[in-house]
Amino acid sequence: MSILTEAQSKAILTKVVALSKADECTAQLTGKIQGNVRFARNDVSTAGLTDDIELAVQVAFGKKVGTATINQFDDASLERVVRRAETLATLAPDNPEFMPAVDKQTYKPSPTFAQSTADITPAYRAQVAKTSIDACKSQKLIAAGYLEDNQSFTAIANSKGNFGYQRSTMLDYTCTVRTEDGRGSGWVGTDTQDATRFKTDSDIQIAMRKASASSEAKALEPGKYTVILEPMAAAGLIGFMFYFFGAREADEGRSFLSKKGGGNKLGEQVFGPQVNFYTDPWDPVAPCEPWDDDGLARQRMDMVKDGKIVNLNYSRYWAQKQGKPAAGQMGNILMTGGDKSTADLVRSTERGVLVTRTWYIRMVDPQTVLLTGLTRDGTFYIENGQIKYPIKNFRFNESPVIMLNNVEELGKPVRVPPDEVSMNIVVPPMKLRDFTFTSLSDAV
Amino acid sequence: MHRRDFLAFGAMGVGGLVLPSMFGKVIAAEELNSAIDVAVKKSLADTAMNAAKSAGASYADVRVGRYLRQFVITRERNVENIVNTESSGVGIRVIANGAWGFAATNEMTADAVAKAAQQAVAIAKANAPAQTSPVQLAPTRGVGEVSWKTPIVKNAMQVPIKDKVALLMDVNAAAMDAGADFINSILFLVNEQKYFASTDGSYIDQDVHRIWAPTTITAVDKTSGKFRTREGLSAPMGLGYEYLDGAASGKTVLPNGVVVYGNSYDMKEDAIAAAKQARAKLKAPSVKPGKYDLVLDPSHTWLTIHESVGHPLELDRVLGYEANYAGTSFATMDKLESHFQYGSPNVNIVADKTQVGSLGAVAYDDEGVKTKKWDLIRDGKLVGYQAIRDQAHIEGKKESDGCAYSDSWSNVQFQRMANVSLEPGKAKKSVADMIAGVEDGIYIIGDGSFSIDQQRYNAQFGGQLFYEIKQGKITQQIEDVAYQIRTPEFWNACTGVCDSSDYRLGGSFFDGKGQPAQVSAVSHGSSTARFNGINVINTARSLG
Repeated sequence: MSILTEAQSKAILTKVVALSKADECTAQLTGKIQGNVRFARNDVSTAGLTDDIELAVQVAFGKKVGTATINQFDDASLERVVRRAETLATLAPDNPEFMPAVDKQTYKPSPTFAQSTADITPAYRAQVAKTSIDACKSQKLIAAGYLEDNQSFTAIANSKGNFGYQRSTMLDYTCTVRTEDGRGSGWVGTDTQDATRFKTDSDIQIAMRKASASSEAKALEPGKYTVILEPMAAAGLIGFMFYFFGAREADEGRSFLSKKGGGNKLGEQVFGPQVNFYTDPWDPVAPCEPWDDDGLARQRMDMVKDGKIVNLNYSRYWAQKQGKPAAGQMGNILMTGGDKSTADLVRSTERGVLVTRTWYIRMVDPQTVLLTGLTRDGTFYIENGQIKYPIKNFRFNESPVIMLNNVEELGKPVRVPPDEVSMNIVVPPMKLRDFTFTSLSDAV
Repeated sequence: MHRRDFLAFGAMGVGGLVLPSMFGKVIAAEELNSAIDVAVKKSLADTAMNAAKSAGASYADVRVGRYLRQFVITRERNVENIVNTESSGVGIRVIANGAWGFAATNEMTADAVAKAAQQAVAIAKANAPAQTSPVQLAPTRGVGEVSWKTPIVKNAMQVPIKDKVALLMDVNAAAMDAGADFINSILFLVNEQKYFASTDGSYIDQDVHRIWAPTTITAVDKTSGKFRTREGLSAPMGLGYEYLDGAASGKTVLPNGVVVYGNSYDMKEDAIAAAKQARAKLKAPSVKPGKYDLVLDPSHTWLTIHESVGHPLELDRVLGYEANYAGTSFATMDKLESHFQYGSPNVNIVADKTQVGSLGAVAYDDEGVKTKKWDLIRDGKLVGYQAIRDQAHIEGKKESDGCAYSDSWSNVQFQRMANVSLEPGKAKKSVADMIAGVEDGIYIIGDGSFSIDQQRYNAQFGGQLFYEIKQGKITQQIEDVAYQIRTPEFWNACTGVCDSSDYRLGGSFFDGKGQPAQVSAVSHGSSTARFNGINVINTARSLG
């Protein structure tokens, strides 16, 4: 029931929009079937399946807006939800920042759906858990992991004739492997829309190798080090920074992208010249829906080019106020890089620290995007191009803005699970100088 | 949703139709006063339990939930959005062949819940081969048909929208007039109508209410390009709309004139103070890093308790069930057996699911276990964890501690933190008395940045307001302060806790844990406490 076809969705949405007597009406249908299995201590702990669908209707009389939803689809229910939204709209105060519904858009479908993921069964999930657990047990290691998959659809329509329909799938696998004595820990994660790209047996080996290799860690003094951040380690800091790419906050003087004396840093060199970010709904590795939360069509858009800010996130209201064209807001974060692997970056490093993963990242000072967090699941000392020994975890206090001015080299970008960021993200491993570790952690 | 994501959502406002999924579906105001008939809930629960048993379940519990939320979101002189949401459905958890299975559906019909129950059993059976030891449930007594309600005075869902809008507009205008450049203020109102039934013979109907009124005030100096924020000093509470009455009995004036709040919050007064203090932060001198004696106000300490005591003493973390997400714990089972010296003898920490006004208060947890209060740390020594039914035997306990929770009908219940609080000192001691004894210290009010490692050793905390203490006197407001701790050393450096007259609650509305990630709301109480010789860093940086 949760997954409606395009024709079924269009029939319901057309009926809903036609029922409204308001100045304008926007409606959205969403449905999702989500399955999961969780395991720990080499045992399955929980597993589940959830099924949900709903219709949201937003109407406006002038600048007064009301929203209501329902999950029944007979004619009487559709009539009721529209009238309810209209009633709420008449009770609401005027919103001076009200923006009318988007005009008819052209959406080019993006590759967010894979049948292989939609076909996943409870037996498949149980097998992923079993494969992970069996591999760890055979080497006296302990697995704790999670597999979640879902298939979903979204359909939108409005009284200006706009309509869009898109199906999506997602598979997210993560596993933390620890040694029996608790002195070593490793991790692996895969995030993809296509289950055929996921191989439990090869993924789990990565986490197992890290766990075994990270035992007997030595303590290094905190301080500034050349680091190699694996993609997952870099993604946490970079993803966080993109929460603060809003044009409005920059123009209002309360962002790292605000300019002294007023205005924003659009067009300015904020990062090192190797740094490029863009967003692209049709990216084959990390696609996103071809429209944003307002229904505005997304497009491929450079955000940072050769270290210069070339775009900020404008809401439709702020774009209009600033005389900028309205563009669909970014739905994924894609960073360019080179061809080298993490191992290649290690080989070219005289002395440094290899970081598998960063964790519990929080904002310390939004003025400079100073973030704090910790390394975990495999931190190693590098000397003369080789990993010499595992080291104890560090706490860092570092700004991604400063960090991306200290780039020595970027490797080959990969998609990583969205841990600290809600958007799909692709980042390369990166070698950075003068990364700031401020204290040691005893945590493994 | 991470707490940070939520805060970002609050700060950005809600422009489009799409709301984060945790907010459920949007409903009209008049529906916030109603509830599903208890006979209907019992009938659905019985249908699900019978279907589960017929399919081979040895145990089943059913949660029929209706989760109501109202959000009033404003910035400066605008109401950005008013949203009423409802999420209703049925979650069924079973044990079959010794393994857990769970399925949930929003279709509240007999056929749909029976089908979901059968799915849950099928999932359990699929997982059983990968299960090395069968689930063991600590016994709990069936309690028959019972009900409970948060003891609120004024149901926030019944307060007219126009009154809520008027309050926030008044607060925002006062803050702007007092020197704020920007203000975001929000009202979050929650009502969880939760029905639990199990094959143990319990049918428990609970009506849970919570309220939160966060604000963020920003001051900008465009000439220097500097900006500073000061967040409101309210706490999310397990209270009704009466929390916003601003009663004099809820106010405490601290020795430096800062006003903090207990069971009643004056939002406008706090917003005016916040605007002035945010401006003062723009000019406050930067801290000199080093070792300081810290005097921590309860509006700050709750978060340190939460991260460095509440989480590491969750048994599922200790055992490794959260190893892949929230992390494990340094406070391993051998430390419980040896009564590890977690803190100084001044440190007594209790877990409590019954505390009136707290976010975690209920009569029965989401496994139907009667709630209670119990010791975690007594005289500085580790004496207990927080455990639920399928973990109790591992700790050698004969019963669950009653701290299972699920944030929705659609998510499975699991171990969540109880309200975990530092007991006040027994000897009479005021905040002024405590400050008078400090030679070189920093007084911290309000919670700020927070981060802790996956075993809960190394943590770093910021705050909202920082004041220098020299020779027993508060001298000036300072900035750029964060302190770094190693958990046992920090709690062993606790040299005093003020008496019960200073005891106040803080808390988290959106504490994240689990996969799929779930949020829970939890309070932490304390009186002002002193910690000697703590490492303080300076967080100011330059982007050139």
